[in-house]
Parts: sequence; C-alpha cells; structure tokens
Amino acid sequence: MGKNLLQKTWEQHTVRELPTGQTQLFIGLHLIHEVTSPQAFAELRVRGLDVRYPARTFATVDHIVPTHSQERPFVDTLAEEMMVAIETNCREFGVQLFGLDDDRQGIVHVVGPEQGLTQPGMTIACGDSHTSTHGAFGSIALGIGTSQVRDVLCSQCLAMDPLKVRRIEVTGSLAPGVYAKDVILAIIRELGVKGGTGFAYEYSGEAISSMSMEERMSICNMSIEGGARVGYVNPDETTYEYIRGRPFAPAGEAWEDAVKHWESFASDEDAEFDDEISLDGSALGPNVTWGINPGQSVQVDGQLPTVSELPEGERESVREALEFMEFEQGASIAGTGIDVAFIGSCTNGRISDLREAAKVALGKKVSPGVKALVVPGSRLVSEQAESEGLHEIFMEAGFEWRKAGCSMCLAMNPDKLKGREISASSSNRNFKGRQGSPLGRTLLMSPVMVAAAAIAGEVVDVREMFGD
Amino acid sequence: MGESRITGTTGRGIPVRGDDIDTDRIIPARFLRCVSFEGLGEHAFEDDRKNFSDGTHSFDREEFQGASILVVNDNFGCGSSREHAPQSLMRWGITGIIGVSFAEIFFGNCVANGVPCLTLDSSQVDEIQSMIEGDPGCLLEVDVENRSVHAGEHTYSAGLPDGVQRAFLEGLWDSATLLLEASAAIDEVNARILPLQEQP
Repeated sequence: MGKNLLQKTWEQHTVRELPTGQTQLFIGLHLIHEVTSPQAFAELRVRGLDVRYPARTFATVDHIVPTHSQERPFVDTLAEEMMVAIETNCREFGVQLFGLDDDRQGIVHVVGPEQGLTQPGMTIACGDSHTSTHGAFGSIALGIGTSQVRDVLCSQCLAMDPLKVRRIEVTGSLAPGVYAKDVILAIIRELGVKGGTGFAYEYSGEAISSMSMEERMSICNMSIEGGARVGYVNPDETTYEYIRGRPFAPAGEAWEDAVKHWESFASDEDAEFDDEISLDGSALGPNVTWGINPGQSVQVDGQLPTVSELPEGERESVREALEFMEFEQGASIAGTGIDVAFIGSCTNGRISDLREAAKVALGKKVSPGVKALVVPGSRLVSEQAESEGLHEIFMEAGFEWRKAGCSMCLAMNPDKLKGREISASSSNRNFKGRQGSPLGRTLLMSPVMVAAAAIAGEVVDVREMFGD
Repeated sequence: MGESRITGTTGRGIPVRGDDIDTDRIIPARFLRCVSFEGLGEHAFEDDRKNFSDGTHSFDREEFQGASILVVNDNFGCGSSREHAPQSLMRWGITGIIGVSFAEIFFGNCVANGVPCLTLDSSQVDEIQSMIEGDPGCLLEVDVENRSVHAGEHTYSAGLPDGVQRAFLEGLWDSATLLLEASAAIDEVNARILPLQEQP
C-alpha cells in the first residue's frame, strides 16, 4: 500500500514517540514574526535556553507595520515596542530578520516562498494560522501558538497528535473570471468551517494541477478557515520551476538531487486517504461571503439563505450573521453597496493577484465614496508591480498604493474599517470586528471581484467585465 | 522546571453560547499589540461585551464573577492561532473548558497552558449551560483522570485525546522540557534533513 505526502513527510521528520503517545516532529523551517514571538523569546530567557538551529529560523515583520509611512519610530508606541522586541530578539539569538531595512520584508507567508525557503517534503511551523499557505509546495506547514513557537525555537520540534488526510479533488477547468479564491470558498462552504478539524487537506485534480504556485498558495492559505490546520498540493514541475533560482533554493549539482528528493514525497498512486471528496471546478462561479465566517458564502449571482428553509441546527448561526450584517434573508448579494475595497493579504497579495486586479482597474475610476487600497504582500511584490507599472494603473483609477504588510486583513496597524463600514476584501476572514471596527462588515472575494466592486461601488459579477 | 500533574479542575461554571466563536472575538487584534500576556484578562470578549450584549454578556454578569469553568458550544476558538486567546481567558480566571468541539490550534494552546478542554455532545453541553444559567452557584468538575464532567447530580462521560490526558496526568504538558529530553535524536534528524543555505 502506498503512502500519502503527509505520511512520508511525517516519517522523515519523526524524532521519536513521546511518552504521551504523541509524535516528536522535527521542524525543518521556522518562520517568526513580531506578534506571536516576543513572549516565546521571553520564556527562552527565563529558562536560559538558546535558539537551537538559528539557520532554520527566519523572521520578518508584517502584522503591525503601517503601510503609509514606515518611518521609525512608529507613531503607535505599542507597535514600536514590538518592532524593537523582534529586532533585539533576532540580534541576541542570531536569527536572520527581514526587517524594515531589508528589501525582503513582507508578509511571512509571501516571503518564505519568495526566498525559496519553502520547499517540498519539508515541515514548516509559524506562529500564525495561515502557515498552511506553504503547503502549496508539498510541505506540511503548521500554524502554532506562542508556547509552540517557544518549543520550536528551543528544540526545533513539536509534540504532535497524528493528522488524518482528506483528499479534495477539484475537476475540470475554471471558467474565466473564476479564481483560486472562489475554489477555496466553495470548498469551505461545502465542508464547513469545522469540517477539516483533525485533517490535513490534500488538494488535487485538474483544476489544482493547472494552477500556478500563487493560486495554489491562495487555496492552501485558507485551509484553516475550513478547520484544517494543514493543506497541501503534491509537488510537480510547476513547483520546481517556481523554486528554481530563488535565493535559498538548492543550486548547481544539488538542484537535481533536491528535485529527486522532493519528487519522492508526492503521494503514491495507491496512497490511502481517510476521506475523499470531489468538486466540479468547471461549475464554479465567483464567490462572495455574506456572513461572519468564511463558510457563509454564495455565488455572486445567488441569494442569501432563507432561514426557514434551513435545517434546525443551522438557523441560529445564520440568523446571527444576517442580523450582524444587516442583510435580508433571500436577498441577492450582487448590488450590495461597499465603503472600502482592500486588495492584499497573505491570501491574495501576490504579483499575479495584482496583475489580475489591475486588468479590471485599467482605465476605470473607483466609485466616489469608496476608499480603495492595494497593499502588496512584500517589498519584492511591490517592486515587481512598480516595474510593470501596475501601481500607476491603480493610482490613476483612484486606489491608494501602499507599502507591504498585513494591513486591513486583521487591522493591527492603522488600516481599519470605521463604524459599520462594509468592505470588499481579498483577505481570508470575515469574522465580526476582524477588520478593525467592532461593528465593521467584511465581504470576502477574489482580488478581481474586489477591484470590480471598488469601481462599481457595489458587489458585481466580474464575469460581465470579461464579456463572455 | 517540571510542571505539575493536572487531574482536573473544579469551580462554578460560566456559559458563553454560540457556535464558531473565533479567537478574534475572544481577544480582538488590537490587544495583541503587546510583548507580554499581562493584562489581557480584562479584555476577554471585549467587543462582544461592549457592542452586542448591553452588559448581559456572561463575562459581565454579577452571578458569574469568580467562575472558572467555561462552557461553550461547537468549534470554539476557531480562526487565528493567537495564544492571547486562552491567555486572556486564563487571566480572567478560567481553569478548564467544556465544549462540543474546539478548533485545533486553540485546543493545543490550552494544553500548553495547562487548561484542559473536554468535549461533550451538543445536548449535554446545552443541558449544563441551562443548569448553570439557572443555578450559577452550582459546581462543575472537569475530571481529567476519569475523562468526565460532573455537574450537580450528573456525571457525563467526556472526550479528551489519550496523549493529552497522559500529558496532564503525568505532568508532561510542559512540552519544551519533554522535547528537549531527546537532544541527541534531534541532532540526528537535523543532520538528515536538507540544510537551508543562501546561494552566493
């Protein structure tokens, strides 16, 4: 019987079985950022411990950095204190930091792949739930809390319970105007926001294998929104071509060996899975969330649910969501007015996202009264976009062109919704209060759908702009 | 450095009803602007309390002050991995949680801090929530040793993964200490995993 990628990677990285029966799992790459690491370093100091393998540990700053002016010291003294903390910690413990004075700075899940740090068959951990992003390369990438950040810093290991694997096959080709974001929103709607608890999701099928690495990252990124801590795609030529030539990619003779090694991690033809489901990718349209969790979405030409038509168990949460959003049951999502448009985040802040959104923005104007911002996922994405003139397209259309960071995805920096504002957002969470105003409302959608909404001033079907 | 053994925790219960309560709701992101976890207790559920409850949120109600066993519904703690969430609950006074199910990262964060999270069926959780709403003085026991919950006259058989139960009972939930015991084996694995090297 064959093995799947999770089983192979797990075996390769197993240090021992713990007395608790859990697995002591070695972590090949540890990524850290300013929000979830200071308390971990503080514990190392209290316990007199070192960072065990600094060469496997990389830091960047993303969550709290302002996207307007990044001049130091920050106006927000608390944010400044966190910056100083990560700078001091990295210096004292010998960890490489892609800080604000470094061209490689950006959102941690954009930076890892961009630098060639993220590789197939690797175990990766980061104190951030969207670490699942790195699974796009056929790695097992785990979001962890701060105590576990401490564990990985001092031991390079995690104490892990076993994970089951659900294979999710997406068949067919996506229609024009339909993107990776629409696929993952459909998967979460289908399987629910807790359907993936205890599972890793293996994404496969024609729709996935024909995707670029950036699209695969958008899919894996939101695994956690479906409850799955881990999501991955088996490595293939697309994967290797993306990695080739990046700063931390193997080079010369080591390259061929590395590719052979990576290939060996892909799930075997006869691998077994704990569950398998299939979804017709060709039937999907652009999706938009209407509620307060990422499972509450509808196709842009569809309607919100009618409470009385739902099973008893689902009614209360739908009622709560409709009440918070102030939406009518049964209403169309298209035509919903928006106040803010946000393009960016670890889900959709990469160069291909900006290119696609720029196509929609080209020669158009942002609707009066809509505040629209584009926040590149990293400095390198920003530089690339500027070299292609994308920033000019956006600015001419009335979008603000910002500096790299997490920005309004979680609003730990000055980019926030105000009051009851409604945001069309390319980010990953539509939780109550997520975008910085406790009463603010978020509609998740693909970056092109956000660009289209910014221009129309309301949710519109971007497919109509493609004139099919 | 060794952590204590945890066999269970007993106290008055506090219900927070609703499925899919995410960690942004438990502790909004603006309170993550800190370099220590101190002071997070007073901000637990802050936005829910201030904006949606008119002072009726359980965490504001007089009768639940001093309670230590949180009783929640399905998929509690989903979303962000922020350990600030269990830290804020602990610092408010929570020592154990009973729920229908927990999101994985949140659950692990609770274990790392010695807070047992036990699962029961939805109807059983409902029953306990109603019980403590009707009688806030009633004691709840989260029994790790027997994998059960005692509420008033009732005893419910509860869920807790084997490894986590052993970690609590044998005082092995301080994972850093446990992991470092295998120092030589860690070095061996490190040697067989491809190194990360920047190309010149």
